[in-house]
Amino acid sequence: MSIQQSDVEKIAHLARLEVSAEQAQRLTKDLSNILDLVDQLQAAKTDGIAPMAHPMDAEQRLRADTVTETNQRDALQSVAPAVENGLYLVPKVIE
Amino acid sequence: MQWETVIGLEIHVQLATKSKIFSGSSTTFGAEPNTQASAVDLAMPGMLPVANEQAFRYAIMFGLAIDAEINKRSVFERKNYFYPDLPKGYQTTQLAEPIVGAGHVDVQLSDGSSKRIRIHHAHLEEDAGKSLHEDFHGMSGIDLNRAGTPLIEIVTEPDMRNSEEAVACARKLHAIVTSLGICDGEMAQGSMRFDVNVSVRPKGEDKLGTRTETKNLNSFRFMERAIKLEVERQIELIEDGGSVTQETRLYDGDKHFSRAMRSKEEANDYRYFPCPDLLPVVFDDDYIARIKADLPELPDNRQARFIEQYGLSLYDASILSAEANMASFFEAVVKACDDAKLAANWILGELSARLNSEEQSVSASKISAVQLAALIKRIKDNTLSSAGAKKVFEALWNGENNDVDAIIEANGLKQVSDTGALEKLVDEVLAGLPDQIAQYQEADEKKRKKLMGGFMGPLMKASKGQGNPKLFTEILIRKLGE
Amino acid sequence: MHNKTVAELSKGLAQKEFSSEELTSHFLNRIETLDGRYNSFITVCKEQALADARAADKKIQSGTATAWTGIPFAHKDIFCTQGVTTTCGSKMLANFRPPYDATVALKFKEQGAVCLGKTNMDEFAMGSSNESSYFGKVVNPWGDNLVPGGSSGGSASAVAARLTPAATATDTGGSIRQPAALCGITGLKPTYGRVSRLGMIAFASSLDQGGPMARTAEDAAMMLNVMAGFDPKDSTSLDNPVPDYTATLNQDIKGLRIGLPKEFFTSDLDSKMAGAIRAAIAELEKRGAILKEISLPHSALSVPAYYVIAPAECSANLSRFDGVRYGHRCDDPKDLMDLYMRSRSEGFGEEVKRRILIGTYALSAGYYDAYYRKAQQVRRLIKNDFTEAFADVDVIASPTSPSPAFGFGSKGDDPVKMYLEDIFTISTNLAGLPGMSIPAGEIDGLPIGLQLIGNYFDEGRLLNVAHQFQTVTDWHTKAPKGIS
Repeated sequence: MSIQQSDVEKIAHLARLEVSAEQAQRLTKDLSNILDLVDQLQAAKTDGIAPMAHPMDAEQRLRADTVTETNQRDALQSVAPAVENGLYLVPKVIE
Repeated sequence: MQWETVIGLEIHVQLATKSKIFSGSSTTFGAEPNTQASAVDLAMPGMLPVANEQAFRYAIMFGLAIDAEINKRSVFERKNYFYPDLPKGYQTTQLAEPIVGAGHVDVQLSDGSSKRIRIHHAHLEEDAGKSLHEDFHGMSGIDLNRAGTPLIEIVTEPDMRNSEEAVACARKLHAIVTSLGICDGEMAQGSMRFDVNVSVRPKGEDKLGTRTETKNLNSFRFMERAIKLEVERQIELIEDGGSVTQETRLYDGDKHFSRAMRSKEEANDYRYFPCPDLLPVVFDDDYIARIKADLPELPDNRQARFIEQYGLSLYDASILSAEANMASFFEAVVKACDDAKLAANWILGELSARLNSEEQSVSASKISAVQLAALIKRIKDNTLSSAGAKKVFEALWNGENNDVDAIIEANGLKQVSDTGALEKLVDEVLAGLPDQIAQYQEADEKKRKKLMGGFMGPLMKASKGQGNPKLFTEILIRKLGE
Repeated sequence: MHNKTVAELSKGLAQKEFSSEELTSHFLNRIETLDGRYNSFITVCKEQALADARAADKKIQSGTATAWTGIPFAHKDIFCTQGVTTTCGSKMLANFRPPYDATVALKFKEQGAVCLGKTNMDEFAMGSSNESSYFGKVVNPWGDNLVPGGSSGGSASAVAARLTPAATATDTGGSIRQPAALCGITGLKPTYGRVSRLGMIAFASSLDQGGPMARTAEDAAMMLNVMAGFDPKDSTSLDNPVPDYTATLNQDIKGLRIGLPKEFFTSDLDSKMAGAIRAAIAELEKRGAILKEISLPHSALSVPAYYVIAPAECSANLSRFDGVRYGHRCDDPKDLMDLYMRSRSEGFGEEVKRRILIGTYALSAGYYDAYYRKAQQVRRLIKNDFTEAFADVDVIASPTSPSPAFGFGSKGDDPVKMYLEDIFTISTNLAGLPGMSIPAGEIDGLPIGLQLIGNYFDEGRLLNVAHQFQTVTDWHTKAPKGIS
């Protein structure tokens, strides 16, 4: 499968990464090489093989419904780039 | 051309767990911004989710209540998109393997018919935070207290054909989740939010038209109005030679106006995949059977019981049984006054009228079940006439006093039921009305009934409104017949 | 002092041959004087380390010390440490001081161990050469122009240069074992779920696993004793009992069945490497191990499967770095899109961007089945291969990497060449198995690693085999030139 520069631009936008035309060109080459490697997978016979999302076939443990967290706002917001009145600030959100 | 409307609903129900779906943060509504957002909720680097069992128990309860298949294995997936109220940059949700499979609800319509609405599935997911649009120097403020609150998203089949059916379905689901106690049902707080998918097609056509999705409707009235508006908009568009664009719309209930959402303009590619931080959730038959055995009474069962136990009509029973709060209010009144008929009449009459005019639910009633029962008791023991009872109700509602007997006393609303005193009054009044007596005595049975009013008016006036009308009538009939 | 193992230092502290403060100062001095050359540390916690050492000395005096009390060590800068900058090798987190500790960091604190600092790494653990760190490349103590391997290159280089007796590390596709091999030290990637991932900044959640790096198997066992254990806050943590990994080090390996995958020993394998590895395995044979050829038929597909699964997971894991709640935020964003685009583009380096893009592509509409689903199916085939193999053997042996340490920039500008560096290590991550690398020889004066792969939760056996190897060989004692 070959990847076009327009594909790279599209996925870069989806991933919220800014790429210049020049970067997109180089990335198209890189990603094509990687996809050539990945395409070896197509040779594998996988009919009837269940996809494996986790290395262990374990089941989720469930927590009891208790409140264990206390208010840590000050500590957690000490690393925030922009806060005011306890809120994280971002450029205006338009719905 | 004749148009047919096709409606499907997606309903987000906040589950009434104490803690969040993947962290131990509190879910209490209305806390100071970000004081209930832990490192996990904020998606701090290295933080990991652990799923809350109660959220699953609640989802399973819902599934059992709509007669759905419970998937013994369910899987969380990541739905990827960027938004400031979504800290991880993905929402943890279920897609291919949701906890609740296909089910259905039956709804009552105003023409007396009922209709079955199919539920496609219901899945567990986490709620997002909130963007506050008050101006912070041209910026928005993000509060992540709500992020991670457990939700079930209920997805119906497009089985509804008008707004009445859609609202009936929404009300029924509201009744079910509140009866189960898995959601507080407080729509104004966003505990239950409706997305409405609407399309139109020429009557008789099989193919579905292009649909729009109107998001986050948080009252039944807005839902009804938004659907009607959207149907009109789509029909007008098509009839003017245009076509409907598949889009997400926002309805402004106060201005009765809707528009396409700008944040959803971009075609999304959510890149779902199984969340590697969470493992498949597996339940056995026993676990589900135990939940089933402990299921609280459902609206349909309660309705049947109200008819059977209290002798209510189907209509009265359907309204009183639908909502858990209403049903328990009714039963509390009945328990305290021992008169189901009067309790039903007062709740469906005076109380509902008041609640509707103030747009409140019964949980916000200014008159308690105990007070209403006390009022009804005074009607039953003839202390209050119906006019007097309405005055007491008024006084209770306005908070003038919260004791029924004290209100009766203070306002002189006690009926005079002393037969001797009433007979004396009747004699006095009749003495001044010889012509009317003669007229009455010449009249036939049917006419006599009409003429009674001519005596009752002066009698009530003479008793300053306190005479028991029932006793007055008895005495009059006896005396006039002599 | 810096040539002593953790085990020896622990004894020395207990017998009061030296204090933790002396020991800690000694290593801090070495870092100060020597690390300019290796760049193996991003942050050195001098004051805190000395304070912790003094506290440890009090514990030792009062008789409440454990084996780790007062022992200096370092954390890979992927483990969150409360109040101490945790960068993950990225500009994105260059100023990030977590208000919390990773479970692994807490466990070392509970033991009274002394953290010297945070070691350099490939950005977000993505790399096999440590050339992708925002804080500059790490130099292999075996040669100024040589890479230390990656992504735990800082930990490996620091241990090899005797700047720390031991260091924590993480392994997603070989990031503990390959740098251990290239720097001539011992490294262990435990079974997936053995060591808590809480507070360990995620690269690929279903593959990441923390583990020890040290000079000897015995020290690695001592580290794993601290690191391993169930964590209720990590859903993928497994609640299996944790043995004392030092207790079984001296078990006899007579009769041990060692599998040699024929797919790893082909004519493609460098002949010097093949010779060195066979010689190492022969040592184990001398101790009574039995060699068996085995087959892992799908192993050739492990690199392709990995380069779908790991990027897919990382593309989502790294979405949280959006400039809103922590981390790099661009100046004066003009709108929300601008905030995202510039914060992320400025904060992430080239390799991270490449992997996010590959992952985004593999998950996007129309490609999911061909890439992601297919890779997950192949992942199961790879796991099944191992399950079959372990029916016949106890341990699988192979080279850790195709070659010894290579020169900076020598893989050119094709990322795929670098990816193939992990050809022997990646399959164990996909299967979730424990794997280890121990120094096992030299090629042209450079160390090479022998990889030992064990069955699930068989870390004890791996450490036992490694320790037995180290009792009859001295590769693990060899120091790079100039370090004595």
